[in-house]
Amino acid sequence: MNYDLLLLIILMLAALMTVLSTRILIAAIGLALTSIMITIIMFRLNSPLAGVFELSICAGLITVIFISTISFVKPLTDQEIDDRTKLRMKKYLALPVLLILIGIILIALIKPISIEIPVTIQGLSVREILWNMRQIDLLGQVIILLVGVFGIVVLFRDIQKEAHKK
Amino acid sequence: MISLFILVPLASVILLNLFKGSLINKIACWFGMLLTLAQVYLIVFPCACFWNNLTNPLGNYFILNLSADALTKVMLLMIGIVTFISLMIGQYTYHEETQKFNFANLVILAFAGMNGIVLVTDIFSLYVFIEVVAVASFILICLYKDKAGFESAFKYIILSIAATVFILLSIALLFLISGDTSFAAISSAAKNPNFSFILVVAIGLFICGAFTKGGLVPFHSWLPDAHSSAPTSISILLSGIVIKVSGLYPLIRLLTITGGGNESIKNILLIVGTVSILVGAFAALGQSDIKRMLAFSSVSQMGYVVLSLGTGTTLGIVGAVFHMFNHSVFKSQLFANSAAVEKQTGTRDMNKLGGIAQKMPFTGTTSIIGMLSICGIPPLAGFWSKLIIVIALWQTAHYGYAFVAVIASVITLAYFLSLQRRVFFGKIAVGLENIKEAKAGLIIPVVLLAVVTILVGIFFPVVMNKLIMPVGDILK
Repeated sequence: MNYDLLLLIILMLAALMTVLSTRILIAAIGLALTSIMITIIMFRLNSPLAGVFELSICAGLITVIFISTISFVKPLTDQEIDDRTKLRMKKYLALPVLLILIGIILIALIKPISIEIPVTIQGLSVREILWNMRQIDLLGQVIILLVGVFGIVVLFRDIQKEAHKK
Repeated sequence: MISLFILVPLASVILLNLFKGSLINKIACWFGMLLTLAQVYLIVFPCACFWNNLTNPLGNYFILNLSADALTKVMLLMIGIVTFISLMIGQYTYHEETQKFNFANLVILAFAGMNGIVLVTDIFSLYVFIEVVAVASFILICLYKDKAGFESAFKYIILSIAATVFILLSIALLFLISGDTSFAAISSAAKNPNFSFILVVAIGLFICGAFTKGGLVPFHSWLPDAHSSAPTSISILLSGIVIKVSGLYPLIRLLTITGGGNESIKNILLIVGTVSILVGAFAALGQSDIKRMLAFSSVSQMGYVVLSLGTGTTLGIVGAVFHMFNHSVFKSQLFANSAAVEKQTGTRDMNKLGGIAQKMPFTGTTSIIGMLSICGIPPLAGFWSKLIIVIALWQTAHYGYAFVAVIASVITLAYFLSLQRRVFFGKIAVGLENIKEAKAGLIIPVVLLAVVTILVGIFFPVVMNKLIMPVGDILK
């Protein structure tokens, strides 16, 4: 069996597990699994830089943050989980079927095209790409980080203050 | 020196936070207003020593590839005007000092992000700055921390992520055919006939993302909720500029660097534009909340912009940009009017209002000016941009679309007349007998914007020649 196809199927199943699960811990693990599959696919596509970023940030750091946050959340009771699972399954039963159908249609419709693709940047290190070629993106990311910090201040600090008052 | 448009707001936020205190909390909004006014000044009174100066304030260690053509300058002017008005309204509508300070910081950061979007010369950098504005918008929408705000922000996040997926897929395809993400590389790859299929798919995906960010039908569901549940100062920012800079500007930029796409792309733009105009206008007719009506009106007016882009001609692009500029002015003014009404009467429900023009003459008069302009009544600014759009459609033999554009103006007039009758005219509603005109902080911005609407209309030839027509050069 084609390895890529197998990886894509596992990727799809992991993604479905993420969006269909009623337990947020399982959803977080599903997301980590999705990221790991993407990482392997990126390595197979000869894109190790992107793979390393995906593995360290998405599968690693984000999963740790998610699981740490989930540990503060009150878990659902078994009855609540059963009720929500039934409701969700009923609601999204068609989703996997639809995905498989779309996949089959796309495979049938899209024929491989051969075009001469220009040579892209290859062989450059992360440091060279980030600091010599994408400096404006770094500036954008600095602004996003600042906005994120303000978001946390605006949305959570006052809530903490109110909790202290109570 | 144009990198200062991004660096100065960023440095300002850092400075404001370094010296945070009671005084800084009070002046944060004023400080932001000063920055935006400086930006407007630099566009209206261009100084060669600024625009032609290629000095990099960060030295040779941190090189930012930015450029500013005529389109960028119009966008920078719009960003400056709308952000100034948003900060001014925020200064008078937030009471808590900390809330005012946080609001000012987030708006200044969004301001830096919007400037970044219009200045970058690389499609991936464009995406990064779109995300800056999106993240700032999520937080600003739920600034009041009420249920409706959180729900709208969540809806916006979900649709925004979908838009991100489309835009990133498009960028990946463009990278595939050009080997780089700079506008210049994409432009030269677009001329290669071997890549025409991939290019059309990439533009199609980008259009889906841009339509979601711009709140066009069928991706508009987040817009009325977000605009109506956000504080008015944020609604002004969202409707006045964010949907244009995050959604329509990137689309215009991509279409111009790739030669406008093929006939199928143009047809998609024409159809989506027309459907947005009609859906937005008919939905606005049925609203009783002023801000919700204005939000649906934005969907309709953005439809005009997309319809104009669908012509693919220089005049079409000029008309689209001119209508975006006019919309940013009169829609900001109408939202500011709604803020004044809400502040003085305590409601935005049109069924509970009536006859308040006699008690609030400035608000009533300026809202009529805004209404007449958005409906395309001569000689106000909105008339000229709609006229250019209709002429562009007529010149390209799209007579049916031109007819719809004219008819939709009548529907626009119908729902705005309904708003005027229910809110400002007739007998004064029970309980509103003792209301007074809003304070200067809410009156000055609407008067300023009404003056801009009138002046742009009267001095149309000057505005057209100096500011708008040069935008057509980006196609050359």
